[in-house]
Amino acid sequence: MTTPERTEVLTGVRVRGLTVAGVPSGAPIVDSVDLDVRPGEILGLVGESGSGKTTLGLALLAYYKRGTQLAGGSVAINGVDLAGAAVRRMRGDAVAYIPQSPASALNPALRIRTQLGECGGDDARVREVLREVALPDTDVFLRRYPHQLSGGQQQRVAIAMAFLGRPDLIVLDEPTTGLDVTTQKHVLETVRKMCATYSCAAVYITHDMAVVAELTDRIAVMYSGRVVETGPARTVLRSPQHPYTARLLMAVPDLDGRREIRGIPGHAPSPVRRPAGCAFAPRCPLVVDRCRDEVPALEDGVRCFRAGVSRFEVVERVEVPVVSADAALEVRGLSAWYGSHQVLEDISLSVPRGQCVALLGESGSGKTTLARAIAGLHPRHGGEVVLGGESLPPSGLRRTPLQRRRIQYVFQNPYESLNPRKTVRELVLAPARVLLGKVPDGLVEDALSQAALSPELASRYPDQLSGGERQRVAIARALAAQPEVLVCDEVTSALDVSVQAAIVELIAGLRERKGLTLLFVTHDIALVRTVAQHVAVLEHGRIVERGPVAEVLAAPEHPYTQALMADTPRFDTSRFSQ
Amino acid sequence: MVRLAVKRLVFGALILWAVSVVVFLATAALPGDTAQAILGREATPERLAALRLELHLDDPLVSQYFSWLGGLLTFDPGRSLVNGLPVAEFVGPRIVNSLVLMLTAAVVSTPLAMFLGTWSAVRRDRAADHVTAVVTLVLAALPEFVVGITLVIVFATGPLRLLPAVYVGTGQVTFVDLVLPALTLVLAVGPYIVRMMRATMIEVLESEYVQQARLKGLPERTVLLRHAVPNAVGPVAQVVALQLAWLAGGVVVVEFLFRYPGIGYALVDAVNNRDLPVVQALALLIAALYIVVNLLADLVSLVANPRVRTAIR
Repeated sequence: MTTPERTEVLTGVRVRGLTVAGVPSGAPIVDSVDLDVRPGEILGLVGESGSGKTTLGLALLAYYKRGTQLAGGSVAINGVDLAGAAVRRMRGDAVAYIPQSPASALNPALRIRTQLGECGGDDARVREVLREVALPDTDVFLRRYPHQLSGGQQQRVAIAMAFLGRPDLIVLDEPTTGLDVTTQKHVLETVRKMCATYSCAAVYITHDMAVVAELTDRIAVMYSGRVVETGPARTVLRSPQHPYTARLLMAVPDLDGRREIRGIPGHAPSPVRRPAGCAFAPRCPLVVDRCRDEVPALEDGVRCFRAGVSRFEVVERVEVPVVSADAALEVRGLSAWYGSHQVLEDISLSVPRGQCVALLGESGSGKTTLARAIAGLHPRHGGEVVLGGESLPPSGLRRTPLQRRRIQYVFQNPYESLNPRKTVRELVLAPARVLLGKVPDGLVEDALSQAALSPELASRYPDQLSGGERQRVAIARALAAQPEVLVCDEVTSALDVSVQAAIVELIAGLRERKGLTLLFVTHDIALVRTVAQHVAVLEHGRIVERGPVAEVLAAPEHPYTQALMADTPRFDTSRFSQ
Repeated sequence: MVRLAVKRLVFGALILWAVSVVVFLATAALPGDTAQAILGREATPERLAALRLELHLDDPLVSQYFSWLGGLLTFDPGRSLVNGLPVAEFVGPRIVNSLVLMLTAAVVSTPLAMFLGTWSAVRRDRAADHVTAVVTLVLAALPEFVVGITLVIVFATGPLRLLPAVYVGTGQVTFVDLVLPALTLVLAVGPYIVRMMRATMIEVLESEYVQQARLKGLPERTVLLRHAVPNAVGPVAQVVALQLAWLAGGVVVVEFLFRYPGIGYALVDAVNNRDLPVVQALALLIAALYIVVNLLADLVSLVANPRVRTAIR
């Protein structure tokens, strides 16, 4: 990748052999990374959780978190090496950082004025940058505390903070995670505009390929601390050379619904347990013996012995016609409150037997409250929930074991929904013991295998499992109760894209094979197409649009649905292949 | 904010009233006869009856309580049964002495402990941090009379005869009399604050906003003083308050140890002599101090939290 033209240029960012190791294990979290970013260029640093991308991002500011330290290599910005005593003066001036979560990165005890003012620049400059990121530059605004701003405004303040010192390099660490798609779109536009205005080199860290495709000029894909593929964004997206990149692209949900999503089996190794040879070898479909013994070098932007063998394959998605079926679950005129605040208003919904209805909405739309009300977890609601012709009491405590058994719930965050003190076997058995009366033999093994988990996991504890495995255990726990309706509340939002794809495949398969009825709560419109037959769009506690997925997504009628469609980054591979 | 403060104040008054009931009932339930205790064993039944009548000891409890409460509200908690002085006159100078002692201990221990805690957090896992941890743990584990006696041995009766071992004056305290009792209290109160400050600061220093402040290139001093410490003060204020409130009761032992002429020493005396009006007044006073200090801590936490400050005006 070191073309002659590149090595001569001293402007921009030059990273050579950068290695960051854990303390005291000494295991490299970031392993001999080379990067070049020119002024005005945006580099997308893509990787799954645990790939070392945030550690690398912080190392670009010569910052090492507790438990990590620099173990070799160098970072130079415009020819000045970022090492030694000069680092602190370089920060803010030469290189700036935009954090993942501005809500926790802005100091809760200090006013916006104070936090912006200490980034250098006088009052006039502060107001100028505020205008550039489309925030008010008034005294009233400057007097505010972070908690008085919305999530989007907080992120804009963080962006303004970074650009105040006119840096040459800016590191953005997943700055749009947790934001609604509309806010995300505006933030991305702001980032692009600001980088162009200041002709600033940018490193954009993300796990979201769709965002990368929208925003970046070049891509570096990280896996287990190493850059496995790098090149111009178009080239990498059009014809990925590394099997990991190809599989990562195939895992991205397709908003236009022309292609199926495919997950990557297994999970990324931790730096301490990284296998000898290529770290991706255990998950790679193209693996040969050599991959297990020898670490491939980065040649022509790819770190793979079988570079170019695997291509991005479009698995054509076949639109299955929606057949009509009687309703397994019906909601009639449901309203719900938190205290005196009404969060749901007159919701009516019908879930046909053996089909999947997606509840689509942004944070605060009331979608989780609706799911909880159906499961009997939010008793403060009016209206009716009807299961198989039988009206259910609002509170789960008043429902009979049979009624409770028939609706099972999978929660959003598998890191919180599994009791860490119980083994997988105990976790899976817990609801079944109460709801089934007599537990049939082999129930745990059966439930685990349905969730595509090895029965050997039964004796493990949750903290010995990866995020994807945990969510599968949560699904197995629900399946063990032999439900008719499965409520999935944002079950993939805490997981990586490749894991998300595998979980979605699993859930869709359960519906097809077992005739399970699904209520799939999500904020991701691209996922809806993949998993559901029907969709109900929620806004401010009301259903604003509903219908078969193909029809609603092809021609959305409500302005809110239209905005969601327009603002979601499109990951359309055909766009790169011309 | 003001509404919240008023609400806390009303609650404080309510608690104080509840305490007054408990104190009154507890002293009334003490075994033995007050009149007998005052007049001694040789008292004739007639004299006992006369004294009971004078002290209203035969009235129903409820009316005794209300006449006592009325007295308290008009700052007239009755007369000492032992020396006949009005309680207010007897207790007044002792309150001043005790307040001087407590304030000295508070003013010295709080900033010192917060500084030590911060310093320890900044030096986390280094020698200085470990030494602080061990020393504070040992001090926290020792009862204050052990600390006091050790100090006496070291500074008063041992090779260094710098300070008086006990108070020998007649009610006026000087700086020299104050040093050892105050130091004992500082060593009793400080360690908890140090440990809490260290724990809170470590949490704050690990936070993303402190990381962000460092990534902005701010000098470490600014990071610490502007970004970290203000966010640690709120939670620590609660512990400081608990410790300072403990002082109100903790002075009893320390004053007794040093024969320091304050409310603690007076309370021990009054209990020995069954001087009920003094016991009641002092118990209530200590409770009031406790409540006021906690109230102040609540206010400090409120002021330190912009979320509360801006939401409730």
